[in-house]
Amino acid sequence: MWFVSTVIKTDGLTKRFPRVTALDQLTVEVEPGVVGLVGANGAGKSTLIKILLGLAPATSGTGRVLGLDIATQGSEIREQVGYMPEHDCLPPDVSATEFVVHMARMAGLPAAAARERTADTLRHVGLYEERYRPMGGYSTGMKQRVKLAQALVHDPKLVLLDEPTNGLDPVGRDDMLALIRRVYTDFGISVLVTTHLLGELERTCDHLVVIDGGKLLRSSSTASFTGTTATLAVEVTDHPQDHALDASAAVRERLAAAGVSVETEGARILLVELAGDGTYDAIRDAVADLGLGLVRLEQRRHRVAELFTQGTEQSQRSQNTENEGSTADVAAS
Amino acid sequence: MSLPPEFRPADTGVIHDIGYRGYSGPRLGRAYAARSLFTQSLRAAYGLGRSGKSKVLPMIVLGAAVVPAVIIVAIAVMSASDDLPVDYAQYLSSIGLVVSIFLASQAPVLLSRDLRHHTVPLYFSRPITRADYVRAKFGAMACAQLLLMVAPLVVLYVGSLLIKLDFGDQTEHFFYGLVAAVMYALVPTSVAVLIAAATPRRGFGVAAIMGYLAVTTALLGGIVGTSLDGMGPGEELPDATQWTALLSPVGMVESLSNGLFDLGDAGSLHPPGGLGLLVFTAVAVAMVAGSYRLLLRRYRNV
Repeated sequence: MWFVSTVIKTDGLTKRFPRVTALDQLTVEVEPGVVGLVGANGAGKSTLIKILLGLAPATSGTGRVLGLDIATQGSEIREQVGYMPEHDCLPPDVSATEFVVHMARMAGLPAAAARERTADTLRHVGLYEERYRPMGGYSTGMKQRVKLAQALVHDPKLVLLDEPTNGLDPVGRDDMLALIRRVYTDFGISVLVTTHLLGELERTCDHLVVIDGGKLLRSSSTASFTGTTATLAVEVTDHPQDHALDASAAVRERLAAAGVSVETEGARILLVELAGDGTYDAIRDAVADLGLGLVRLEQRRHRVAELFTQGTEQSQRSQNTENEGSTADVAAS
Repeated sequence: MSLPPEFRPADTGVIHDIGYRGYSGPRLGRAYAARSLFTQSLRAAYGLGRSGKSKVLPMIVLGAAVVPAVIIVAIAVMSASDDLPVDYAQYLSSIGLVVSIFLASQAPVLLSRDLRHHTVPLYFSRPITRADYVRAKFGAMACAQLLLMVAPLVVLYVGSLLIKLDFGDQTEHFFYGLVAAVMYALVPTSVAVLIAAATPRRGFGVAAIMGYLAVTTALLGGIVGTSLDGMGPGEELPDATQWTALLSPVGMVESLSNGLFDLGDAGSLHPPGGLGLLVFTAVAVAMVAGSYRLLLRRYRNV
């Protein structure tokens, strides 16, 4: 396996188009692993990928991918990096095998190696018999697999995946996310994956980079985004005989008495702060003592989405303060 | 379920699941990738590596270009003739329509399809540059056309040697034919490739290129026809008519090759005088160079 401390490093990267600033002083470091690049549509994700591939020059700032300079070594970068675009990119009248072999040769692999790698890669992404058929007849899931295969076929050190779960049904989405996870854990290829759907990245990524309006909102490990304060959602039935009893309130009192901090969400759901295994025992005892039924006991994590909206608010606030003449550093992670 | 071919026991003896293997072999880089794209595009122009259906038209066209040459040679051999009824460059202008059909139908195959299916950004995520892409596609289309025209020329040349025509003379004229073929493969092609790169719709591309070539050729044909009507045999076309050959890229090349190698009879297209030859050459070069520049610009922001 290939070791490097940083896969992507940008310093004050700025891209201005005549009308908009797509990237604004973006400074970020990405380490090997599965990294999620999160941002709303138009946040600058695609522009960043284009610049990282050396396809568009940055207005100012510098960047290195795999230690290579994006401004001068684009060709070398593209030889070591795989790219899976967001949009459809497969000609319908050729087979997956032919297409991927061709793309392997376009990455510089000799013909024999290209064929061998194509067979291997298509098998790894889960395409078997159908790879000899024209791609026009493929389902969206199969097309996404071919797109992933062409990004992996030359055994890159880094793949950039642009919205790989677009258009997939829930099962297909889970499969694709598992596959992306494997690309790093089994294949040893670092992954930068973009999405505007935050939920799915929590399970897949080690690290999240959140950008908005071309600015870095936050860059930190997924655990620090989601794992800090876990809570349990608890819902109980009414008491079978004593209909006058407010079951939720009773549980809440018991738990509070046991020293567990509880909040309510809506009329029926209690949010219990998970302090350790003892918390589960306290809930079990409280519910059993009151003679109630437990309808729901599930772990709630702080969703990335919450932090993202917080971040956005924060950035808007910071923009306001900037207008007033002072600057606030919201990018601190 | 049958096994994928690369794991057939016959190949390896044993079936292994070896998990993911990296690739540590050579990476041949940008020039190799550009050559691969050129080869793939050249093959695609003849439908190779594509569906069976897409081979039909190129093969018919190839047949239509070569079979007349075979027939001419066969007749010449059987009748023990002491000359071929047609000169090499002249043969090229007589199969002009076939070559135009090939160009109009295949240039969009090479360029519009990549745009239509958004494959272009995928190429640019690989080592090749935008200029490499343009060169590979332009080069592939020009070479595909060259093959189409050189094949019948070779048949004629071999035939002429079979009937023991003068070797030196035939070789000289064969060479003129080759130069004319190169010009046919560059000048009309440059415009066709540019049109094909302008539209992601193959149908539009085919219609636009065919329309452009047919209308300009027909226009020139009409003008030449009217001039010929008022002329006696052996008279040369008036200069004003000769200048109109500039309208049509195909006519311009015909005129240019006649002028350069002093071919064709009195009634055929020739550049009017030394100045004409100069202007015709300049226009041909400008067309190719200009189209190439515009193509580069076309792909600059894809």
